[in-house]
Amino acid sequence: MTEIVEETLCELRQTFKSGKTKSVAWRKTQLNALRQLVKDNEEKVFEALYQDLGKHPIESYRDEVGVVVKTINHTLSNLDKWVAPTKGKLPLLFFPTRGEVLPEPLGVVLIFASWNFPISLALDPVIGAIAAGNAVVLKPSDQAPACSSLIAKTIPQYMDPKAVRIIEGGPQICEKLLQHKWDKIFFTGSPQVGRVVMTAAAKHLTPVTLELGGKCPVILDSLSNPSDLKVAIKRIVSGKWGPCSGQACIGIDYMLVEEKLAPTVIELLKKTMKSFYTESPKDANCMARIVNKHHFQRVQNLLKDPLVEASIVHGGSLDEENLFIEPIILLDPPLDAAIMNEEIFGPLLPVITLKNIQESIEFINERPKPLTIYAFTKDENFKKKILSETSSGSVTFNDVLIQFLCDDLPFGGVGSSGFGRYHGKFSFDTFSHEKAVLRAGFFPELEARYPPWNNFKMTFIKLAYDLDYFGLFLLLVGLKRF
Amino acid sequence: MSHSPHLSVTFSVFLLSSQVRFSHLEVDIRRTYINRRIQLQVTTIHTKSRRLLLPLHRFSSVLAMAAKVGFDGEDAGALVTELRASFASSKTRSYEWRVSQLNGLLKLATYHEAEIVDALNSDLSKPEFETLIYEIGMLKSSCKLAIKQLKSWMKPEKAKTSITTFPSSAEIVSEPLGVVLIISAWNYPFLLSLDPVVGAIAAGNAVVLKPSELAPATSSLLAKLLGEYMDSSSVRVVEGAVAETSALLEQKWDKICYTGNGRVGRIVMASAAKHLTPVLLELGGKSPVVVDSGINLQVASRRIIAGKWGCNNGQACISPDYILTTKDFASKLVDALKSELENFYGKNPLQSKDLSRIVNSNHYARLTKLLDEDKVSGKVIHGGERDTSNLRIAPTILLDVPQDSLIMQEEIFGPLLPIITVDKIEDSFDLITSGTKPLAAYLFTNNQKLKDHFVRNISAGGLVINDTTIHLAVPSLPFGGVGESGMGAYHGKFSFEAFSHKKAVVYRGFSGDASVRYPPYTKGKLRLLKALVGGSLLGIIRALFGWSKA
Repeated sequence: MTEIVEETLCELRQTFKSGKTKSVAWRKTQLNALRQLVKDNEEKVFEALYQDLGKHPIESYRDEVGVVVKTINHTLSNLDKWVAPTKGKLPLLFFPTRGEVLPEPLGVVLIFASWNFPISLALDPVIGAIAAGNAVVLKPSDQAPACSSLIAKTIPQYMDPKAVRIIEGGPQICEKLLQHKWDKIFFTGSPQVGRVVMTAAAKHLTPVTLELGGKCPVILDSLSNPSDLKVAIKRIVSGKWGPCSGQACIGIDYMLVEEKLAPTVIELLKKTMKSFYTESPKDANCMARIVNKHHFQRVQNLLKDPLVEASIVHGGSLDEENLFIEPIILLDPPLDAAIMNEEIFGPLLPVITLKNIQESIEFINERPKPLTIYAFTKDENFKKKILSETSSGSVTFNDVLIQFLCDDLPFGGVGSSGFGRYHGKFSFDTFSHEKAVLRAGFFPELEARYPPWNNFKMTFIKLAYDLDYFGLFLLLVGLKRF
Repeated sequence: MSHSPHLSVTFSVFLLSSQVRFSHLEVDIRRTYINRRIQLQVTTIHTKSRRLLLPLHRFSSVLAMAAKVGFDGEDAGALVTELRASFASSKTRSYEWRVSQLNGLLKLATYHEAEIVDALNSDLSKPEFETLIYEIGMLKSSCKLAIKQLKSWMKPEKAKTSITTFPSSAEIVSEPLGVVLIISAWNYPFLLSLDPVVGAIAAGNAVVLKPSELAPATSSLLAKLLGEYMDSSSVRVVEGAVAETSALLEQKWDKICYTGNGRVGRIVMASAAKHLTPVLLELGGKSPVVVDSGINLQVASRRIIAGKWGCNNGQACISPDYILTTKDFASKLVDALKSELENFYGKNPLQSKDLSRIVNSNHYARLTKLLDEDKVSGKVIHGGERDTSNLRIAPTILLDVPQDSLIMQEEIFGPLLPIITVDKIEDSFDLITSGTKPLAAYLFTNNQKLKDHFVRNISAGGLVINDTTIHLAVPSLPFGGVGESGMGAYHGKFSFEAFSHKKAVVYRGFSGDASVRYPPYTKGKLRLLKALVGGSLLGIIRALFGWSKA
């Protein structure tokens, strides 16, 4: 096992050193190949995702295949622009020196993917790493074994095996991988493992991007128009149970609503769920299952607290054999219970009632910074307040999840939801070093830069700092005292 | 994983070089290691009137005693709590507060020039000119730029949304991270302390600054002046050495900015990992200068000298560490360097008022050790004079030192300049890339091909062609390392961004609610999704009307 890691790393270092991955043509070929891989193997991807998580093909396309294809399309059509150096403006005093910021690849990068979106969260960062011209090792999650082996089997058939490698395995292999020096580590997963990754990275001064999760709240203000409320509830249901049955880092974790609105909201939630997932969600085939027994038990344990169990107002059927948990709604579970203190990452929705919806800001601020805050409101002042008084990776008003789909928006957390960002150009930047380049000539030569120091030189430089060109002129022609 | 043993081991190297300073008593500590366990030996404790000898086992109580007077974990915790409360009040977020604080910094630098010059003279014998230009001048222009640009930096940036989320609008909002820690270095103790503070404040954070204890006069001046000019509810200075720094690093920060060496950089990052705190590490490295033939030698050598000896006598993270040139050209280059050195610093550079001294006896000893190594001592072709009592070393040039000598293995950080010769100038690139990535790399040439090759293939924090160190003064360029020379960048707008979180914000209305997003899932919905992703308008229309083939 150790040898595989060492051999791979050694080969990738050589490839990177050869300069091959720096060529823009190479990068484009690889991205095209990856797109072809996804297109050719679409059915197999659907199958693997069904096997690992019971995802419906539409969900698989929307959240995985489609995301990858869209990202590649966007990257390919913008890559030439991204690789070009950007001019850095220089003060006139530096004339004729030119300054630019030139993005350069970091080297050999390591990507740890997670099991909940085992295709898109694995390949999306790979696209960024390749676009930026790096050699890549991808470690797919062993908790989604079908997807992991599909990736390991197909990638070498489509992409350059000298620069893009898949290493499969569990915690032992992670540990081995982390012992080595990488030029960047990109990690998607939990804060606990994130800490381990960053600690290991510190030994080699390797920069890291940590895509973690957190308890993402949805704030539901009272909406006077009943049809708006209906739309809001539909979106909330799709944001909670839609992406991988709540096993998503940007999925809704809990809801904040005013006391007086709660009964209506719960009725509407039930009604909407029925229309989406029928009376028997297990048979409707439109919801993913829980990934494995370990997580099933974890979610089950969240409900064990008698006070939590008593707060269930809808659902509650758990099928351990098929690892399926029906949508569950809880009304005001105790705030000190585990369900309100850890990320739920499953199909349970606690609804927390507040006297006044404005209190939601305080409620959110008392907890670690989430990856996303969702808020359904038409109150512009409230929107402003949410924006300026809370902190989170992103904020989405009146919808769910769509921030993930905008290529122009940075995707990433803050505080305990992680740091660093990707998607679109941000992915490219995440895997690039912004190199400052200054090109000077030998002429003109300013005497004032050099010792021995005297008052004339001092005055000159002071004026230069202030960009006082008129003063400089006066000084040089002898009209200004120094 | 536990880090504390490693942490103390590395920090203790610092201890060897400095005295731990507490406000009322000073403790001299000598540390030795046995099997990676640290044995602490307290030799003497000086108080105002007494001198005590203490056995080893009582060290902890001494530390506790000292800490009561100084600054311990409890104090650090209380400090962070206080600043968090201040940050939570939203005070630091307002544009007005940020500008008022930046103006405070500007005033501080303007009204106290003389004191700052004195402090740097006491810490480093830094020439007044260097202090005024590189420390005070740079800080002032940094403040002025931030004040001028702050409104535009703070403005949310519009972002495009995709057809799949139509109709919607999006923006990227810069928000402060919270309470940040800045640990600075001794070589530019004023600038490297306050320049990151400018970024942190501009971005709306509360700040704790820990200046370097190796520049004690500047450290205490900073503590005094920041207390007078800045809002002490949100900007604080903690003075001290290892104990204080360790106490600070135990706390949870929202960002840590550290300027210094890779060894401590690793400790900082490992401590940050416990709290998932992002770090900005400004480290150093061996920054090479490649000198091609056929250039204006006089200009080149003056620019090399200005970057090497003219920047704190080589004690700067971006100063040229060594020169690479061809065998044939080396002697011409050496002659030019010698003659310009004399023009700049006279015949007796040890007496020159225009050169800084070495910061302390430890660094002096480190540098003389590099110089006295057997395989190196015979290679000195210029300079080499020293004055131990005044901690001065004259500008020294060495020719063809072996690659395995100490001087070529570690960052020199002093007035010694080795010249390495190669057969062909292109060979120098391999030499550079075989080492770790430096903070800066310089090339002097008129050859366009060589320039392009250099820019494409040399990885470093920043590159300058035909000059040295001046990229530091350009706020439109990011300043920061890569690989072993650090991570993250600052200066100008990059400083603002280094201390901001870019929050993605999407605004949607309630209309345009396509049922394709929701279950129950059908074949038609899949077709529409594919068309949307593919961006084909025709495909979308087809799918909407049910015309497309399955």
